[in-house]
Amino acid sequence: MDKIELGQHILSRYNEDLEQLRTDVLQMGGLAESQLREALRALATSDSDLAAEVAKLEARINQMEVDIDDECNRTLATRAPAASDLRLVIAIIKTITDLERVGDEAHKIANIVARRGALDRGGIDGYRIVRHLGNVSLSLLHDALDVFARLDAPAAVAAVRRDRQIDEEYDAIQRQCMTFMIEDPRTIRAMIDLMWVARALERIGDHAKNICEYVIYMVGGRDVRHVAIEDVERQLGAQVAAGSAAAADAPSAGAGN
Amino acid sequence: MNDSVTAGVAGPRALVQDLSFYYGTFKALKRLNMPIADRRVTALIGPSGCGKSTFLRCFNRMHDLQPGARYEGSIILHPEDIDLVGREVDPIDVRMRIGMVFQKPNPFPTSIADNVTYGLRLRGMKSRTQLAHAVEQALRGAALWDEVKDRLHSSALALSGGQMQRLCIARALATNPEMILFDEPTSALDPIATAKIEELIAALREQVTVLIVTHNMQQAARISDFTAFMFLGELIEYASTATLFTNPSQKRTEDYITGRYG
Repeated sequence: MDKIELGQHILSRYNEDLEQLRTDVLQMGGLAESQLREALRALATSDSDLAAEVAKLEARINQMEVDIDDECNRTLATRAPAASDLRLVIAIIKTITDLERVGDEAHKIANIVARRGALDRGGIDGYRIVRHLGNVSLSLLHDALDVFARLDAPAAVAAVRRDRQIDEEYDAIQRQCMTFMIEDPRTIRAMIDLMWVARALERIGDHAKNICEYVIYMVGGRDVRHVAIEDVERQLGAQVAAGSAAAADAPSAGAGN
Repeated sequence: MNDSVTAGVAGPRALVQDLSFYYGTFKALKRLNMPIADRRVTALIGPSGCGKSTFLRCFNRMHDLQPGARYEGSIILHPEDIDLVGREVDPIDVRMRIGMVFQKPNPFPTSIADNVTYGLRLRGMKSRTQLAHAVEQALRGAALWDEVKDRLHSSALALSGGQMQRLCIARALATNPEMILFDEPTSALDPIATAKIEELIAALREQVTVLIVTHNMQQAARISDFTAFMFLGELIEYASTATLFTNPSQKRTEDYITGRYG
């Protein structure tokens, strides 16, 4: 099973509830994504007013987390979901925690910009140092939400792989910042702020990766947290192959063993 | 089918092999194959008319008197390897070893104690002390002793529905069966009586192998160790309950347990 289908419950209200939950998550994800994009824009343009605006979005994301959590609790209590429905609800509960933290990290970046303005000191363009990391994190978050919307496990695996790029980039930024600080102690304040920004972006990559892992769980029922990505790919490949084999001899798939 | 069929069943108490069952020309069960794990609870789920009760009733030969009923294949009971549905096997012997509890409590219109000792007296047990001991043991086993110990000789029909059902379980337990079959034992009971029966079934598996048919999927999920999903007389999927309810391998199982069947 590469993808799972929702819908066609006998209880149409149940269908609607689950669909609504997914829509809410995507909406919350969209909000977190735009918060991050705006925080990065504020950083690029050293616009502390924009940064202050971005920081305000935080409360809305928090509220959405509480509301969706509530709705998940209600669904668990009243519908007792099973199999893919259960996995969907569990994955949603986890996903919104990560999205809320993405919001927190974007909020941190916005706060740094609002407090400090530009991170440029001694002829160093702070934004340029983290620009690439920011773009990769933003696009990974975007992909994670896309994978969630389409319930596409193979794409989720590919996205998980990209988190490594982020980790490598983060290491490079740390080394770069240290070099600048050694060369000119007057840059220390700006470089520490920059490292906080880089750290926030790296964490956002981790949260996006987590969301992809929940999607893999939701689709195939396999918990891939703390599993090497190569093993996941192998398992998923085997699963896909087995799935098409099972479809080929579907009539005999029942009673025999 | 898949690896989960044998997974976790070290020594099955019974093995269903290519079991088919006919009501006249109608084939109600189609070549079922599954193990029944020893001293574990196995649940049978599936929509109405899928053959769960027919399957359950094969185990203690309840179809024998039905004209035109015919078994094919076998249900091998370990460790003696008796074929429960074999012609040479006496249904009375089978029922001594395999008890059954039905949907509606059906105590005999006699005293509570006589209900419990019925099977033992049928077997020729006469000693009063022995019988009294058996009554207490069976009623304790069915978690009913404390409620009825002071009125063992009053009518069983004066008990509440849940108590009657537990009395039926005590009656089934009295003959020391190896396996007990439950055919929707709680569908006529309120939630509290249901909870007591579920608790009891969970405790029973220390001593006996339990096979239960239920329409309540949450009940199957709560009390069973293994679950079999049947559909139109076929066994679609057999797996550990945890697997079947979180990640079934067959689409039809998934559709049924998530309420998409229809």
